[in-house]
Amino acid sequence: MSAALPNAGAALAPEVLSVQGLTVSVRTGNGDRALVENLSFTLHRGETLAIAGESGSGKSITSLAIMGLLPPPAVRITAGSVRLGDTDLTKLPEAQMRSLRGARIAMIFQEPMTSLNPVLTIGAQLTEAIRAHSDATRSEARAQALAALQAVRLSQPEQRLKQYPHELSGGMRQRVMIAMALALRPEVLIADEPTTALDVTVQREVLDLLRDLQREFGTAIILITHDMGVVAEMADRVIVMKAGQVVEAATTRDIFVAPQMPYTQNLLAAVPRMGNGSRVSSDVPRDRSGETIARLRDVVVRFPLKGGILGRTTAHVHAVEHVSFDIRRGETFALVGESGCGKSTIAKAIVGLAPHQGRIEIAGQSFSDLDAAGQKALRRRVQIVFQDPMAALDPRMTVGALIAEPLVIHRLGSAAEQRARASELMQRVGLTDDQLNRYPHEFSGGQRQRICIARALALQPDLIIADESVSALDVSVQARVLELLQTLQREYGVAFLFISHDMAVVENISDRVAVMYLGQIVETGSRAQVFGNPQHAYTQRLIEAVPVPDPSHIRAASPRLAGDVPSPVHTLGQGPARLVMVDVGDGHLVARLYDGAEKHCLSSANFRRE
Amino acid sequence: MPAYILRRLLQSGLILLGVSFITFFLLFVLPADPVRQIAGRSASAATVESIRHELGLDQPFLVQFGHYIGGLVQGDLGRSYLQKSEVSVLIASRLPATLLLMVAAIFCELVIGLAMGIVAALRRDSFTDQALMMTSFVTVSAPQFVVSLLMLYVFAVKLGWFPIGGYGTFRHLVLPAVTLGILGSGWYSRMMRSSMIDVMRTDYIRTARSKGLTRARVVLGHALPNAILPIIAMIGIDIGVFMGGIVVVESVFGWPGIGQLAWQAIQRIDIPIIMGVTLVSAVAIVLGNLLADLIAPFIDPRIKLK
Repeated sequence: MSAALPNAGAALAPEVLSVQGLTVSVRTGNGDRALVENLSFTLHRGETLAIAGESGSGKSITSLAIMGLLPPPAVRITAGSVRLGDTDLTKLPEAQMRSLRGARIAMIFQEPMTSLNPVLTIGAQLTEAIRAHSDATRSEARAQALAALQAVRLSQPEQRLKQYPHELSGGMRQRVMIAMALALRPEVLIADEPTTALDVTVQREVLDLLRDLQREFGTAIILITHDMGVVAEMADRVIVMKAGQVVEAATTRDIFVAPQMPYTQNLLAAVPRMGNGSRVSSDVPRDRSGETIARLRDVVVRFPLKGGILGRTTAHVHAVEHVSFDIRRGETFALVGESGCGKSTIAKAIVGLAPHQGRIEIAGQSFSDLDAAGQKALRRRVQIVFQDPMAALDPRMTVGALIAEPLVIHRLGSAAEQRARASELMQRVGLTDDQLNRYPHEFSGGQRQRICIARALALQPDLIIADESVSALDVSVQARVLELLQTLQREYGVAFLFISHDMAVVENISDRVAVMYLGQIVETGSRAQVFGNPQHAYTQRLIEAVPVPDPSHIRAASPRLAGDVPSPVHTLGQGPARLVMVDVGDGHLVARLYDGAEKHCLSSANFRRE
Repeated sequence: MPAYILRRLLQSGLILLGVSFITFFLLFVLPADPVRQIAGRSASAATVESIRHELGLDQPFLVQFGHYIGGLVQGDLGRSYLQKSEVSVLIASRLPATLLLMVAAIFCELVIGLAMGIVAALRRDSFTDQALMMTSFVTVSAPQFVVSLLMLYVFAVKLGWFPIGGYGTFRHLVLPAVTLGILGSGWYSRMMRSSMIDVMRTDYIRTARSKGLTRARVVLGHALPNAILPIIAMIGIDIGVFMGGIVVVESVFGWPGIGQLAWQAIQRIDIPIIMGVTLVSAVAIVLGNLLADLIAPFIDPRIKLK
């Protein structure tokens, strides 16, 4: 298969890695089962090969097989070869493989938060990698480590060497991982979902960085990803995998322009794309009675930080600052922003799980005005669907019991009626009622999320809060769950508060959007206003940062960013600058400084600090 | 940090007050009569009553307890009923022996337990793993006096490598310390095994391996410091269990520590000594836990003492 694979621009570069007929199997009770079957490709110097696929496609197993890091003894290479230069890595004894690992082939992983050892300093972890493969003295290794941190454009590299991983943000940790992987100038870098766990603007920085370093060092990159946007922006060639098999292999341009296989076509069709504020999926007129379901006015949530001998409050985390918005019956209101911007805290405040100042009304009532019985009744009107459906479903309860539980808690109907309702809801979300007696682990991720949605619908709420509800799902599954949400909304007239970091998904599903940054709303308006005519610098940057699943898309050159979002922690009496919302036309509100200055408070120069 | 230690010590004072109240109360409601023990069987009722009055044991419970605490805050642990000596002096003369045995035994426990746990975790599900875990199960469930007597019989009586009992030289220390070490190692090995298995599965171990580090470096440099964290908290708690075990082992090996003292005092209902030994043990447990909590941030920088 690889022989027929055309090389884009890398035809003249020497070959560094050649994988032929690679088969990885897991030993089971019924003999070996192949996780990856007959995979072949070659990789040239300075080239990026993407291996794309959904969960279970075998893409991560492939990377571990090349690194010789498969979990023994159950999973092992059963056929084929992996040649790095003249050496067949599959035949290499562990001691020799170890001397190649990190030196000639390096790897970065998906989870920067857990991929660094929490009890060792950044410096110790970097120098140890260098000293494992060279005779460098302690001080030489330290100098090399410092240079590596400078190469990944980490601010204050000297200090970083002395810091521990928990003192760094996710983006900074991923830079450290890249520094560690590239410190010894490996010929091949395997990047396994390197930006999946990162915010979109941080993802942009890390992708830019990888590309810059590749150009500088001539590293060949194998990019493992599920994100077709990242593929389009980074890769020269693509291998699409499904269930351990190669579905299609071609240049990036060919895959996107003329995908040959139905699976690839479907995969690309399911990828949410950014338009210019216009809904890409069919726009269905919906019932807009204009009745307000939820009204937030000047909501503030602050978490105290305690210190000193007496444990007094010394500072606050300003999680949500003076946020106001309305959600109307039957509409989808999206809150979008990066991690730590306060969007999930708002969800908690709405259902009464976070102490807040200001006023939150649901159907005209506020939790703070009601007694316990009244609060319980009000809770019926708002339900949440969380990000991780496995964690949100009790593994010891049957699906039927899980869906009926809200009815049991609120004492609605007889046991038979509750059962009938559960079975009806199962069918509504596209499952069958003979599955009611099964347990959550017997369902796939997408099905589990459908069960969570059915449970949320059981009480016929006015508002469903979907907190990153589709973020953990594969794109094809994600597309179907989003479709289901829209259908249910039309049928039941329920309003959605859709919380997400994914700009493309938000653009496809929402009616109105609020962009949050550091606890404040910086821009809000209809989908067309925010996406079609973004006014605030932060909104613009968020939209620009989204990888575009189209290799012909030419990105406007933007300055390379580094550094981190400023901290939301302020000492007593201090706080972030108060913003006021200015109407720039037809309900499109953009944040300006409180003193009425015409300049945007968070200009692109200062919303990220060097 | 000083503020943290100060606050913890204040809390410790309250814990000790609670411990002394409960112990004193239990001894008060005990049906056995300490005065009978002192006076002897043939003493007349008048003698018994006069002794009772002399010791203040005819007073109401709270008055007695008040007296005791009053003495305690001045450093007075009272006088032994039977040994005619200050409790503080008795304990002070025996404490060094117990502390020495304790340090040596905890060292043995950790060396045996952690080594077993690490090896079992790295060879998970192998024959070695199963054999080690079987051994640890035996050490956890075996009665202390059985193991003590067995060790004594094999290594002192039969082989003659170590003295049968007593105190003074390093050779005297080995058998009781190793016996306590073996008895305590079962918990540590099981805990270390599961902790190590968890850590070996983490992403940062995969990162360490992907850097091309040697296996020894991955295990000792990366896995061990993380795996040992829950164990350190356990050492603090373990001191309490340990104090129970030491009573038996000191008696078997004739080790002149406070365990032996306590054993004699319990048999004769010598309340001041029982109280004194209980409080010393409680202090050891409290300090052990404090020490464990103070050590933890040095191993895990994420832990902040507040």
